[in-house]
Amino acid sequence: MNIYALIGAIEQGFVFGIMALGVYLTFRVLDFPDLTVDGSLPLGAAVSAVSITNGINPFLSLLLAMGAGFLAGTVTALLNTKLKILHLLASILTMIALYSINIRIMGGPNVSLLGSDTVLDTFIKAGLVGYLAAPVIFGIIALLVTGLIIWFLHTELGLSMLATGDNPQMITSQGVNTHTIIIMGVGLSNALVALSGALVAQNQGAADVNMGVGTIVAGLASVIVGETIFGDRTIARACLAAVLGSVVYRIAIALALGMQWGRFSFTPSDLNLITALLVVGALTAPRIKSRFQAVVSRR
Amino acid sequence: MISLQRFIKYFNRGSVNEVLALDGISLDIRQGDFITVIGSNGAGKSTLLNGVAGTFFPDSGKIFLDGDDITCWAEHRRAKFTGRVFQDPLRGTCASLSIEQNMALAHRRGHRRGLRIGVRSRQRKRFQEALSRLGLGLEDRLRDRVGLLSGGQRQALTMLMATLVRPRMLLLDEHTAALDPKTAHQILELTRQIVEAEELTTLMVTHNMKQALQLGNRLIMVHRGRVILDVAGAEKRKLTVEDLLERFYAVQGEEFSSDRMLLT
Repeated sequence: MNIYALIGAIEQGFVFGIMALGVYLTFRVLDFPDLTVDGSLPLGAAVSAVSITNGINPFLSLLLAMGAGFLAGTVTALLNTKLKILHLLASILTMIALYSINIRIMGGPNVSLLGSDTVLDTFIKAGLVGYLAAPVIFGIIALLVTGLIIWFLHTELGLSMLATGDNPQMITSQGVNTHTIIIMGVGLSNALVALSGALVAQNQGAADVNMGVGTIVAGLASVIVGETIFGDRTIARACLAAVLGSVVYRIAIALALGMQWGRFSFTPSDLNLITALLVVGALTAPRIKSRFQAVVSRR
Repeated sequence: MISLQRFIKYFNRGSVNEVLALDGISLDIRQGDFITVIGSNGAGKSTLLNGVAGTFFPDSGKIFLDGDDITCWAEHRRAKFTGRVFQDPLRGTCASLSIEQNMALAHRRGHRRGLRIGVRSRQRKRFQEALSRLGLGLEDRLRDRVGLLSGGQRQALTMLMATLVRPRMLLLDEHTAALDPKTAHQILELTRQIVEAEELTTLMVTHNMKQALQLGNRLIMVHRGRVILDVAGAEKRKLTVEDLLERFYAVQGEEFSSDRMLLT
């Protein structure tokens, strides 16, 4: 792996790290497995790309993308809380509905941003070296967003959100409407995912309806890899771990793609398989480890 | 203060498992009442308590708070005036949050929650004072996760959290039943202290007739979803376990004699 591949992996790690943070909010904080993200990532990309081609400021387009992502999340949460549809199913329904909506927004399966100014161009014009612009800007944005989420989870509302995922009965008896919290939390999560999608689109110069496939698995992999390596003892640590886990995950993927055994090497289409295996491994490792230790200690 | 009027609640209505849990209960809870609720298994004691807490909506009947109809208030809304302690010590606290975070959550009961930092240093002092009254040494462990505490410690913390913001109505659902005898005694003593000091209006479900007689100024016995005994004041003070058992047999007949062991 050369230096450019490494820089590329770091850049991907940070930009998708924002998405991983969103997955952390639903999957870990709210205990709400949310597959909406496979649809809200391209939604963010679509909204941002269409806004930019219509002459809207690229920074403002990020906010619009986040608003759209928030709405998508609220739909899933409403299906779950008010219509009592299982959270997993509710999120799948929103995800497939978003496929159609994303094509409607873009007026076709993709939108090109060639020739339009993006967030990155603003900094390159200001003098940042081209190939460093993306990793640096994305790193800064990812850490800023992480800081905001860490702060939020320490506020009264954030604590209520943590409690809703931990013990809904307790927080209800303390006067919190768990439905409101779930709607807010899943919305916030998908706003982050959409922001991530918008930045990805601006970076690669196009939004595509299929760019969201496998987002949830990559997000889960990042969260779990992060927890395993960096730990999750405090909230701040767990949030940082999700973002840094994403960076580690992208570097691991880049390494895997660079490997070669005789005539066999991985292709980008093998990514989903590798990621799925990685998540299975990371999810089962603690159990296998504890069982192994139990066997050893019995001897 | 709180009054239930002809409260009816079915579980699994329309199925073969249909149960009439509350059969038209009417009950007036007066300001300052400390009511102990007894009855055999499945009599409807906990359902009665949950009916006040708003865990479910009744099939018919109404509930009033100071004359206002609150029948349609959801559970979280009724939390404005109720403090609750559950039978299961794990249900009243968040295991993954610290003691101070749990207390901060309880400290906002009945208030709007916004974007202010949840645990502020001024509150820590207050939490520490409150915890030190428990005598469990928890005041030095503010930042420990609640999951590290024992069942008894968690129940004591829940008790404290339920009363951190003075509740107009304290609901205790067999809150000592899942604890070992010594811890149960401590929690009961704590209950007595807090209720007396704050003069709280309390509804306490219990399986233990002695407890029901020792505590409170009023006792009600529930059977098959109805109140079959409601005594208060001097009349309650004269009551003995034998009286209660006699009362039980009068309505239940000998078929329930196996309850004798459970209840004494």
